Amino acid sequence: MSAWRVPVALLAVALAYPLVFRTNFAINFGVLVLFFAVIGQAWNIAGGFAGQLSFGHAVFFGTGAYCSTILHVKLGINPWLGLWASAAAGALVGAFIAALSFRFGLKGSYFALITLAFAEAFRILTNAVEFTGGGLGLLIPLKRSAANFQFPERIGFYYTILALAALSIAIALWLKRSRFGARLAAIRENEDAARALGIDTFREKVKIMALSGALCAAGGTFYAQYFLYIDPVVVFGADKSVEMLLVSMIGGTGTVYGPLIGAFLLTLVGEGTRALTNAQGLSLIIYGGLLIVIIAFLPNGLIDLFKLRWGRRRA
Amino acid sequence: MDATILGAAVINGLLLGGSYALVAVGLTLIYGVLHIINFAHGSMLMLAMYGVYFLLVKAQVDPYAAIPLMVVVMYAAGYGMYRALIGRFSHGKDENILLITLGLSIVLENIALFFFTGDSRNITVSYSDRMIELGPSLVPLPKLVSFGASLLLCAALAWFIARTDTGRAIRAVAKERHGARLVGIDVEKILAVSYGIGIACLGAAACLLVPMFYVAPTVGHLFVIVAFTIVVLGGMGSFLGALVGALLIGLTESLSGLFLGEALGQIGISLIFILILLFRPTGLFGGGR
Amino acid sequence: MSQPSHRLTRRGFIGAAAAAPVAFGVPTLLQAQARPIKVGLVHPITGFLAYSGGQCRMGAMMAIEEINAAGGIKSMGGAKLEALLGDNQAKPEVGVSVVEQMQEAGVSAYIGCFSSAVALPATQAAAKYNTPFVIDVGASDNIVNRGLRNVFRLKPGFNACVDDAIAGLGEINKAAGSAAKSAVLVHEESEFGTGTAKLLAGKLPSIGIEVREVMKHANPTRDFANLALRIRGLKPDLVVMSNYQNEYVLLARTLHQQKVDLAGMFSVLGGGFNYKFVKELPDVAQYMIDTNHWFDPTNARAQAMKKRVEAKGDLFTFEVYLAYNAVKFLADGMERAGSADKEKVNAALAASTWSDHFMPYGPTRMVNGQNTGGKAAILQASKTDIDVIWPTRFASTKAVFPKPRFS
Repeated sequence: MSAWRVPVALLAVALAYPLVFRTNFAINFGVLVLFFAVIGQAWNIAGGFAGQLSFGHAVFFGTGAYCSTILHVKLGINPWLGLWASAAAGALVGAFIAALSFRFGLKGSYFALITLAFAEAFRILTNAVEFTGGGLGLLIPLKRSAANFQFPERIGFYYTILALAALSIAIALWLKRSRFGARLAAIRENEDAARALGIDTFREKVKIMALSGALCAAGGTFYAQYFLYIDPVVVFGADKSVEMLLVSMIGGTGTVYGPLIGAFLLTLVGEGTRALTNAQGLSLIIYGGLLIVIIAFLPNGLIDLFKLRWGRRRA
Repeated sequence: MDATILGAAVINGLLLGGSYALVAVGLTLIYGVLHIINFAHGSMLMLAMYGVYFLLVKAQVDPYAAIPLMVVVMYAAGYGMYRALIGRFSHGKDENILLITLGLSIVLENIALFFFTGDSRNITVSYSDRMIELGPSLVPLPKLVSFGASLLLCAALAWFIARTDTGRAIRAVAKERHGARLVGIDVEKILAVSYGIGIACLGAAACLLVPMFYVAPTVGHLFVIVAFTIVVLGGMGSFLGALVGALLIGLTESLSGLFLGEALGQIGISLIFILILLFRPTGLFGGGR
Repeated sequence: MSQPSHRLTRRGFIGAAAAAPVAFGVPTLLQAQARPIKVGLVHPITGFLAYSGGQCRMGAMMAIEEINAAGGIKSMGGAKLEALLGDNQAKPEVGVSVVEQMQEAGVSAYIGCFSSAVALPATQAAAKYNTPFVIDVGASDNIVNRGLRNVFRLKPGFNACVDDAIAGLGEINKAAGSAAKSAVLVHEESEFGTGTAKLLAGKLPSIGIEVREVMKHANPTRDFANLALRIRGLKPDLVVMSNYQNEYVLLARTLHQQKVDLAGMFSVLGGGFNYKFVKELPDVAQYMIDTNHWFDPTNARAQAMKKRVEAKGDLFTFEVYLAYNAVKFLADGMERAGSADKEKVNAALAASTWSDHFMPYGPTRMVNGQNTGGKAAILQASKTDIDVIWPTRFASTKAVFPKPRFS
């Protein structure tokens, strides 16, 4: 029973948040935190839980953003349906990249860099072909209604992304407890040993990349609907890939709540440093400096702060 | 397709590859020894380029004459940075080195923005527009110089690593860190030295790039992703790999640009990278790692 | 202080300090009636677009200081403008965050955003509150075409700029006995370059210039040698470019180095065409022609502002005077609205006939938030300066076209 205390408490806080902090600024802040938590978790279940580090997760994010947007803008398909199509497309791309790379035995940095190469290839291709709008990007026509995945009020977006974030944490919790998750942990710790134990490492790795791709792509659809404009650089750019791994690593790689904690802190620090100074560049100097300080003192990520407390209490 | 254009494109591609090799060769050393992607590589290049720029503008030091000074200064900067930040705060975790170098790159880039503004700067030296006729193409002199220098730099590093005591120690640390410690090598110092040498290469690279390129706080981004690609393609830690990889990437970029157009042509780099890795999962000249 | 022998004693100092609030207190009290009007500046201050964002901010700040020094918004009891400074980092999510943050701080209007990718979601966020949003720089016509009633743009969009470019180039070419009959288009891959090139390719034939090829390049591009090679092979009379600053300069430099003989190099909103380009690379810049937002060179205020900016060691680029005029346009609207009420300001801006700018524009006339009275100018670089060559009414010199050959 006690295992449920943390997620239930978190969910209660998250549900109540927009009712207490009602301004659009506060709700937008919540949306951003949860959004980064979702895509950070997508990165984390592959990069942290299964040890398959990627530098190119934007490939899934962009796939999702473009999939639902093209369906919506060009074929008039409702973005709520598009969300599912995006997740499927993300899973497919994830499985494809994984199958190809792992079939040929790619590991570690080589795998990380090949995901980056795929993201770049997708970005360039999207830019070059006509039906994605090319460099012009795609603008989703304004038509505010919940049925259209364009909530008239930000709170609708908040609860949507909260549902996705809850799902992503549920997936992480499930991975911590399931045999699938245990097999992934075995692969992360020592792949040869895992294979010797009879684990089909190839299959497990493809499965987790597909899951990660699906979740990330769903985040992409949300992003497109929230901002109503996407272009190749914004959704396939290296910036997004880095943001995902940063959120996860700063929070605590391979932990259930790491991405959420990382997303919260980095969004807060980002907003905070920008509010602190108007001098050109200074806010990001502080931001980057804080990153270094966090790593210097919390080598396993922010999650250490919490572990420390709980550890003491138990002792 | 006209044969002259094709020939000229091949020459352009190789020359372009030469300038990539300048940036990649230091990175491959860091990669090979520390086994980690150095996200700060681009920003260190950028800082070095500002150094060269200001030496010329404020002290009238020719970029090529600045090479010895820049190499020494950048070595010291790299060594110091490793000792003060990267080595100390990484707690032995590769992942943390990655984050620290990422943090550093954000800090350095914005320090440049803060002090030098975001404006990009170009310089003209007497030889920057001097053109050399090379078969079917006209080649700017600085490009030719940087190509020659990149070959020299790779050879010098390969010699250094193969023949000197420090080089041997670096190889030992790269291969088997614990073993190296057991035979009495100061591993932390060797890591710092390797990082310093890797960054020192950027000092030379900056001197060779400034006469033909612009300087801006974000200029590092232009070279660093392509340099990562080259390092992995060549096989981490291999200088020959970095050189061959760089020439290959330059050639690919040039030819696919010619056939697919400059925008779509960029995809050639990604595709050739993916293809080669699929068939040689540890890069062209990579070991078993 | 006029007497050098005068020494400020301790007592005298205290006395002076005590008297100061009394002396300065009166105007402070008077001003207290009119609360400052907060104007949010949403520009990319860091990242790839940092330079342009910084220039925008500088221009807007100069306008705000000038308006305040002249007594603020008079119809509102001399209320001063107060700038809220924001950094959108050229990221849509950050831009929206900044808009919301400023809303929280009680902003009355926004100026921004430089990049269209940020302007689209940012204007949309501001539309929820109906807060006026004046686009200083931002080329995409989608920004004003979406039916948001709070969005205004004083400068012409790229559609209009291309029309001006075609009209001007047509006249210049005709005067030169149709020296240019063919062109190659080179543009950057994002929205600005692609959109501009598409329009140009459609319209160049109407002035008797055949388009041999349209070449798109990536951002950033590190090397243009091949492109120069292909251009030489196509033997066009003109190269028509639309690129951002770094690629613009690199491309121009490469074409110059490769001695590609042309009647002229012509650009539309050429990112790197400014005074610094002329200063740093005079041989490359000479004879290049650009269609861009430009100030009216015959206007004394424009020249005075140019001097002020240059005295600070900065460049008088298009971002500076577009942002400056955007703020002035906004202030004029507020002056006529007589209140910071958003509906009233929006209505005043929509009905604006403002003509106190120093751009080569006529009186403002807003249609769906876009000023249709705006016009781009055509400019040519010499080795030392930049001159307006079209429209003829504002021209400071005649075009050198076709330019002399290399050999």
